[in-house]
Amino acid sequence: MTVVQQIVSIAIAAVANFFTRYIPFLIFGRQKTGKEELSPFIEGLGNFLPPAIMGMLVVYCFRNVHFLSGDFGLPEIIASIITILVHLRKRSMCLSLLVGTISYNCVGEFCFLDKEE
Amino acid sequence: MKKLDGEFRFALEKSMPVLFGYVTLGLGYGLYMHNLGFSFWYPTLMALTIYGGSVEFVIANMLVQHFNPFNVLLITLVVGFRQSFYAISMLKQYGHTGWRKWLLIFGLTDETFVINHYTKVPQEMSQVKVNTWITLLDWGYWVLGAFLGGFLGSILQLQVKGLDFVMTALFIVLALDQFLQEKSHVSSISGVLITIASLLAVGKTYFLVVTLLLLVAEYYYLTKRRAKEEK
Repeated sequence: MTVVQQIVSIAIAAVANFFTRYIPFLIFGRQKTGKEELSPFIEGLGNFLPPAIMGMLVVYCFRNVHFLSGDFGLPEIIASIITILVHLRKRSMCLSLLVGTISYNCVGEFCFLDKEE
Repeated sequence: MKKLDGEFRFALEKSMPVLFGYVTLGLGYGLYMHNLGFSFWYPTLMALTIYGGSVEFVIANMLVQHFNPFNVLLITLVVGFRQSFYAISMLKQYGHTGWRKWLLIFGLTDETFVINHYTKVPQEMSQVKVNTWITLLDWGYWVLGAFLGGFLGSILQLQVKGLDFVMTALFIVLALDQFLQEKSHVSSISGVLITIASLLAVGKTYFLVVTLLLLVAEYYYLTKRRAKEEK
């Protein structure tokens, strides 16, 4: 690819990516002149989706984990359980993230050493 | 000026997890492009203009293949599809924000959507301003990470690897908070179960598209059923 072709590719991706974020505003944002109310279905959908999306993003984070081979996803599983337990106990986002990430790295290190031996 | 400062500080505090997440993910992404043979300008420019982690990884890979603008367009729309649903959920919150609307829409990444949607802004602060600051900060973190990854290249190697778990932990904690305070668990539980089922059924490339379409179908079914019961 030439540099120009690369820049064109990047520009297409940038515009298309913005478009995926903008299109609902384009369609539903200002329905016709003067009327600014959303249709009840779209408004309801907007209220229904966020909790489902949270669940979806949690699963999304695990999409590359191999649960049936290698380390069986143990670092991810153990660190997630620790994160949940710490959060249920203390309800401090900062602490939960810190403890979760540290435990992930500790367990990961442990599993990694295990594999090398 | 003093008020602005308060909102900026609040945004800085709320976006802290994203700082760690984006700088480490961005480092990984910059490093990835470095290893594909690109100068640091590429990850930096792409982080600035495309601003979407998963899209950028895929496009980086396509830049070393034959020029195929149609494929670039198609892949970006598929990978970015989920963002349309963030936008649907933000129609009200972002709808009447004037010029800031364009920035808020541009910056609607997974993490920024989640933080802006779930952050309860104190009454004395303006929600629009807080959302704008969080959006700007997150964008900056991502660009910084991508730049550093591309610039430092092979010096860094893989030392930062395990830190990206902070993003997973962030989503887990926010999902847990949501779960504990909601009255009905229908949406949360469907989200988890449908995503797992879609991932197993159609694999990594299309499972988010399938998941979101199924969720819309589920919501449609639920409203129909409710309408019937009311009659």
